[in-house]
Formats: sequence, C-alpha cells, structure tokens
Amino acid sequence: MADVTLPHEMPAVYEPSLFGTYSKKIGMWLFLMSDSLTFGALLYAYSYGRLSTPNWPTPFHSESIVNATIMTAFLLTSSLTMVLAVRAAVHGDANAQRLWLLATMACGMGFVLLHGREWSKLIAEGLTLPVFPKLPGQAAAGEFANVAKTVPQFPATFFGLTGMHMLHVTLGVVYLGVVALRRKFIPILLIMWLAAWLGTPSYSPFHYGAHVLLLAAVVCGIVLWLKPKVYDSSDVEVAGLYWHFVDLVWMFIFPLVYLMSAKIL
Amino acid sequence: MEAFQQAIAEQVAEQHRHHGKAQFFWVWGALLAMTAIEVYLTYQNLQPVRMLTILMGLSLVKAALIIGYFMHMKYEISQMKWLTMCALVACLALMMIFFPDALRILSLGVK
Repeated sequence: MADVTLPHEMPAVYEPSLFGTYSKKIGMWLFLMSDSLTFGALLYAYSYGRLSTPNWPTPFHSESIVNATIMTAFLLTSSLTMVLAVRAAVHGDANAQRLWLLATMACGMGFVLLHGREWSKLIAEGLTLPVFPKLPGQAAAGEFANVAKTVPQFPATFFGLTGMHMLHVTLGVVYLGVVALRRKFIPILLIMWLAAWLGTPSYSPFHYGAHVLLLAAVVCGIVLWLKPKVYDSSDVEVAGLYWHFVDLVWMFIFPLVYLMSAKIL
Repeated sequence: MEAFQQAIAEQVAEQHRHHGKAQFFWVWGALLAMTAIEVYLTYQNLQPVRMLTILMGLSLVKAALIIGYFMHMKYEISQMKWLTMCALVACLALMMIFFPDALRILSLGVK
C-alpha cells in the first residue's frame, strides 16, 4: 500500500503515506476516535447515573420502543445506502452516487424527525430540562413531571446524550448534502432552516435548535465559496466514515438508553 | 503533494472496486436481525445484569460489523487496524474507573 506509482512527469520523492492511505481518511479517523471519546464520556455519565440511582425511571412505553426501533432501522438502512454511494463513487457512476447519497440523507432526516417527535412527546409529559422553554399551561401532573424533579440525572443525561447524537446526525445530513449537491444544497438548507424554525412552536427546543441549520448554511457557504470543487470518490468515502460513525454510536445508545429503560407492564 | 494524495486515493478506490455488493446486504440484514433480537429480549423479563450483558455483547458485534465492513477497516493494513482500535478501546476502558464509585454511592448516606 505504501508504494505508490506517480505519473513520470512529476519527479518528486515523498515519504510513504501513514497507514498506506490518503491524509483525508486518516484525518477523519482521528476525528472519529476523538469523537468516540466524547460519546464514550456521555454514555459512561448516563451509566454512572443509572448505577448510582436506585429509583431510575423506566419511561419508555412500547410506543417509544417501536419508534426507537424504526429510528434504528432508518439509520442501519442509511448506512447501507451510504456504502452503496461509496461503491458508486469508486466506479465513477456520478448519478448513482448522488441518488444513494440523497437516499442516505432521506433516512437521516427520517431519523431526526422521529427523534424530534419522541422528544416532544416526552417534554409534553413533563420530562424536561430547566434550560428548555416552559410549555404554556404545562400540566404539573404530567406522567414524568416528578421524574424531572426527583431524578434530574435522567433528563440531563438522556437529553444530553441523545441531543448530541441528533446534532451529529443533522450535521451528517448537511455534510452529505454538500458532497451530493454542492452549491445547490445551500438554498435547500435555508428552506430546511425556515421550515424547522417557523414550523415548530416557540416553546419547543427545536424552535431555537433549528438555527444550527442556519449556522451550517453560513459555514457551508463559506467553505464552498473558498474552495469550490467536484467531490471525488475519496471525499465520498470520508463522508461515509462520518455517517457510519453516527450509526455506530446509536448501536450503543439504543439498547443502553431505550431498551434498558423500557416500561414493561 | 496533491498528486501524491490523488495517486493513493486512486489506489484505495481500485481496491474498493473489487468489493462485492452482496456482502453489504448480508451485513445490513445481520444488523437488522440483531436489532430485532434486542427488542425481543427487552420484553422477556430477563434479570437486568444478564440483559445488559447480552445487549452490550450484541452491540459490540454490531459495532464490529459496521467498522469492519461499512467503514472498510477490514481492508486496511494491520498497523492501522491495531493502532486505532487498541488506542480507542484502551481509552474507553479507562473511563470504567468511575463505576466502583457509582456503586459506592448506594451504600452512603444516613442509615
């Protein structure tokens, strides 16, 4: 792998590449390793809270478990479509690559929408954080109103962990959108931002969270303006590494957070 | 330097061209099947510790499949496989040092 043949009109001598692969890929692996530690710390914090709290709540009814299972299926399917996008890219099939990337984004957005619905349901039932906006006329007798008061570790670690993951999935969709559509994705991203901002009530945490999309649009605009390029198969592969990582993290969040806290009647 | 990176990327892409499509569908099917087993086990009223052990075992298998096949780690050189995975597992294992403290909290307080 380290021996690379260069075109003979380039008489340069280079060191063999680290791990026999290109720098972008190594850079992404290093980022993913550091990000694993971030998620590792959050998962350990959740587990620590659970171990040290005897009355840990089990708030997830079968409806929530079904919802989370469908979310998992969305992510697993998105990983399959992503790997097919990489395969299309290395075979030089640009149309198939774009279609598979768009399919991956659709699965990712499905995941975020279902997750948003799950969050909204839990918040409406009283499971909330002090930083979230107050619901108008929120019933003090909601099913989880006491949980937030008696076991504040649960909402803190639950929303922290799943919120961080949701942010990663959202940014992953943006990343894939830029790779698939380049500049054409910026107006789509702005429409998504407006839809998310105006389509959510002002007391929803997503009303403010939607501004992540505006920030992403600004950053993507700057990146695409500074370095416009056609993304090749190596860029698609590196984007794929990131996408599979968010899928991988969910494989631990789903059993640890949802299945281990299922309400079994 | 750009040309050098391009040449390596082309070589990596050439290796990927030889990977069959079917294996990805098999891995996807296996991941979905393991997810279904996890959900099924949730409603079997197993003891929490036993349940946690099985779920985490299945999650590790799923993680290995995703890293190995979808992230192509299986096809990387062994130096990269060992260095990255061992470093990561060691760092994550170090965090377990806090768990005995979580258990100690349960025995504290006014008796």
